[in-house]
Amino acid sequence: MSQEPTKPKLKLAVYWGAACGGCCVSVLDTHEKFLDIVAAADPVFWPIAMDIKYKDVENMPDKSIDLTLFNGAVRNSENKHMAQLMRQKSKILVAYGSCAYMGGIPGLANFFSKQDIFKRAYEETESTNNPEKINPLPSVTVKEGTLEIPVMFNDVFPLNQIVDVDYYIPGCPPQSERLIEVFSAVVTGVGLPPAGSVVGANDKTNCDDCKRKKSDNKKVKKFFRPWEIQDDKETCFIEQGVICMGPATRGGCGVRCVEGNSPCRGCYGPPPGASDPGAKMMAAIGTMIDANKPEEIDEIIETIVDPAGLFYRFSLPGSILGRKVL
Amino acid sequence: MNFRPTIVAFLCNWCAYTGADLAGTSRLHYAPNVRIIRIMCSGRIEPTFILKAFKEGADGVLVCGCHPGDCHYQEGNYKCLRRFRLLEKFVSQMGIEKERLKLEWISASEGKQFAELINEMTGTILQLGPGKVQRTLELEHLKTK
Repeated sequence: MSQEPTKPKLKLAVYWGAACGGCCVSVLDTHEKFLDIVAAADPVFWPIAMDIKYKDVENMPDKSIDLTLFNGAVRNSENKHMAQLMRQKSKILVAYGSCAYMGGIPGLANFFSKQDIFKRAYEETESTNNPEKINPLPSVTVKEGTLEIPVMFNDVFPLNQIVDVDYYIPGCPPQSERLIEVFSAVVTGVGLPPAGSVVGANDKTNCDDCKRKKSDNKKVKKFFRPWEIQDDKETCFIEQGVICMGPATRGGCGVRCVEGNSPCRGCYGPPPGASDPGAKMMAAIGTMIDANKPEEIDEIIETIVDPAGLFYRFSLPGSILGRKVL
Repeated sequence: MNFRPTIVAFLCNWCAYTGADLAGTSRLHYAPNVRIIRIMCSGRIEPTFILKAFKEGADGVLVCGCHPGDCHYQEGNYKCLRRFRLLEKFVSQMGIEKERLKLEWISASEGKQFAELINEMTGTILQLGPGKVQRTLELEHLKTK
């Protein structure tokens, strides 16, 4: 009996840009399902799990990697080089996680300039002792030669502002179950939407999945930060005056934060049809303010301490304005 | 310097747009810097519209609706006011001068006030200089090259 020819295994890469590492770990969080992943695909490049050098990737033929999960934003010249390299070597490039999708938490740096950040980090922080004001330089010449490190950009960019992206999987980190769904779709080739789509998430907002009690009459006299109020554990957070990003956030995470009695922070990005989650949230929250006089409205708005940071926690670089104006 | 400000104005159909129309039919002269977009109600305005206008190069954005109590849809202008105040706070956090964003109530009979408003706002923006949103984003992209 002749042996059946085995189907060639897919090649899988997972790379991190400006990221915390959580996305890479979320791939491992598939637990025993991870064995199914490696049964169908060989990881060929995955810095958190494998010892492999950039030059090995550079030597791979173009488009030889079937699926690359690129997590993390693009923050410096190394991230940019790797984003371009992975694009060149991959058939399907996925922006994996909030940072690659819209900038994520590192994207909050776009509220400042590079100078502000360096000054704070290397001169001003309470734990810093740097009387000579030594700041990192992209290159320095010592007697052995010139040493170089990547150049940090002034801005944080989501992946699609640097290279073309085939799919987006949102989340901080993406739910591992949703990764498996997407991965199976890539392996079988069935059920993959057109390039450019957000996959591994729902087409409706988080409110649609949320089980808390909601009424149509949302009127708020004062906004609270979560620690300022005793949550009754059953009423919609916004009706209690706590800002929950649910109305401006794509569902798909399983409303885990709200199930854990914490308001949604918006890591899944905007729902379909909305390009800018923060603007969507301002539209939603604005109409709920229960006052008609400008002074009273302002008093209520005062209780929203940091609207920009709150509404754009995961999405500033991918939003309409993209960064603080300089 | 040869700076000609561009002001994008969102005017509600029932009061402000009719007011602007009146300024025209009355042959009032006012600064030619405004680009008017008619919408059914100021309550229809989403922050997205205003942010997009800035991103696409508007030096100022003006929103006009009916006077409080006069909204054709009862309370659309109050909804607009609430969103606008919140948006103003956000916009100033983002480093855009708050004078670039303005909300005014114009009734259908206030053609003259509309003309004065446009002149005044054009003057303010002329003093502030060109909007910086577009330029900032372009510059930051160039720096990665």
